[in-house]
Amino acid sequence: MRTYLLKRFVMTVLVLLLVTIYLTLLIHVVPGDAAKTLLGPRANADLIAKTRAAMNLDKPVIAQVGLALWDVLHGSLGTDVFSGRPLNEIVGAALPHTLILAWTSLGLAVLLGVPLGVYSATHPDSWLDRITAVISISFITIPSYVGGLFLLLLFAVQLKVMPAIGLGVRGDVPDYLRHLILPAVALAITWVGYLARLVRASLLEVLNQTYIRAHMAAGLSQRLIFYKYALKNALIPTVAVLGIGVGNLMAGAVFVELIFSRPGMGTLIYNGIQSRNFPVVRAGVLVVAFLFVTANLLADLLYTYLDPRIQLDKTRG
Amino acid sequence: MQYVARPANRYQQFLNRIPVLGDVLRRPLGALGFVIVLAFIVMVIFAPLLTPYSYEEQDIPSMLQGPSQAHWLGTDHLGRDLWARIVFGARIALGVAVPAVGIALVGGVSLGLLAGYLGGLVDDVALVIFDSLQAFPAVILALAILALLGSSLRNVIIVIGLAWTPGYARITRAQVLSARQEPYVEVERSLGANQTRILFRHILPNVVAPLLILAAMDLPVVITFEAGLSFLGLGVRPPTPSWGVILSDGFNFIRHSPWPITWAGLTLIIVTLGFTLFGETLRDVLDPRLSGSRGA
Repeated sequence: MRTYLLKRFVMTVLVLLLVTIYLTLLIHVVPGDAAKTLLGPRANADLIAKTRAAMNLDKPVIAQVGLALWDVLHGSLGTDVFSGRPLNEIVGAALPHTLILAWTSLGLAVLLGVPLGVYSATHPDSWLDRITAVISISFITIPSYVGGLFLLLLFAVQLKVMPAIGLGVRGDVPDYLRHLILPAVALAITWVGYLARLVRASLLEVLNQTYIRAHMAAGLSQRLIFYKYALKNALIPTVAVLGIGVGNLMAGAVFVELIFSRPGMGTLIYNGIQSRNFPVVRAGVLVVAFLFVTANLLADLLYTYLDPRIQLDKTRG
Repeated sequence: MQYVARPANRYQQFLNRIPVLGDVLRRPLGALGFVIVLAFIVMVIFAPLLTPYSYEEQDIPSMLQGPSQAHWLGTDHLGRDLWARIVFGARIALGVAVPAVGIALVGGVSLGLLAGYLGGLVDDVALVIFDSLQAFPAVILALAILALLGSSLRNVIIVIGLAWTPGYARITRAQVLSARQEPYVEVERSLGANQTRILFRHILPNVVAPLLILAAMDLPVVITFEAGLSFLGLGVRPPTPSWGVILSDGFNFIRHSPWPITWAGLTLIIVTLGFTLFGETLRDVLDPRLSGSRGA
């Protein structure tokens, strides 16, 4: 078990360092001078040279990669060449809003998706199961930006029952929550469908296993079998998927934050792209990658903890 | 199947004669998916015949109108016919999705075959690279690259192709690893066949089938991905009528007209639903073992 943990941890760090290297190299792979693109056509040579120096672009590529790695290993994301503010501060201001959004969506998805999946699995091939199947597949296929636009159009623009944009009044928690509802639902839609399908599939698989049949033969009540024995095991794959979920929610957050004009990582990266401010884009992407990889690592660990069989397999392998 | 024993009506007899598609059409959700995919393909091929308007013909006096006899779905902020833009948008959707998935398939299969077959250090290094490229969501990867490359139809196709390559490479690699252990490969090896022959004549045909199903199922994902990038203003450039561009235009005028968002959004949902239903049924019919194995 310990070797597995160590291996998994080393891989995570390695992946993050590689991502840093890619992001540093990316600027050289594509044509054009990043400093010039950042400053626009009217910048003078002096300013361009200064910006190049600030972005470390005047140093050899190897040195740039080295500096980037050094910064990351010291927990620094660098400095925004535009404002001169440390990027840790800029990212630190944006990150909490995205995390709150992502976790609320994930919570919503679990609250709605799991019961839907359980219902489908306990009533297989009934009409309601089929309708649930169509609903969950359609939910999976609704991209977060379409969901977000529809919700905005219906509840904020047409019915005017929900606030349309922003975070709400500073310090006013109920107002913050009210502003969170539509974006969180928009992000959750896909995952409600996905979790419903996943829970249905794994619950049906578990229900076919011998130990469940043994319980049935022993005359235990259906309810007890479902909730005490079957559901517990059927939810294990869901845990693994939720790890991936956090990452995908981050991706969807780019759109949702933009549609609802919320500050966050998505807006930060998007604005960075619009103003060609590559250091900001790089810092944003790196932090998202970090969260994605960590969430996967945690989900993996939780998964091995919940299902001892996997633990054994992996130590052997 | 239990259907064989039943007295078949003419529709059933017709279905029995078509090998794979017949099985797909026999399932209600598969049939629904097929109809939607067919309608989409008709839109792509016969776009100019389906609408009297061109997708960029402006009619400023009748801008942001609702559905009418003259404009079935209404008009956008420049008075352009929404139906025409959605119909021609289908061409963009497919025109990006097919080459992008093609790039990912060819690139991914080649890399996966190499990593899986050579094994050892090559495999380890390749796996770490695949992992690191999948360490962040594809949208973020695409955004970072497009930020530097600039947006154009060609760049979007390349970026999506690149973003999807590691996924295919990983799956190919896994398939190759299991195929290598199969008796038919060992027999070939013991008969003295060289590595290239084993790889291309024996392993490749066996790993390609599940990948093609996966590619078919990725088409709708890529279609929504392109529309998303175009919505952000980083994909297809206006006035080209990508569904994402229609959504983005509609978003700017959301307080004036609900129609552009409604129609473009519904089109995206229906098309992806159709492809997904059709793809999932096709997968179940072709390879029941794969059922439910698709990750997020």
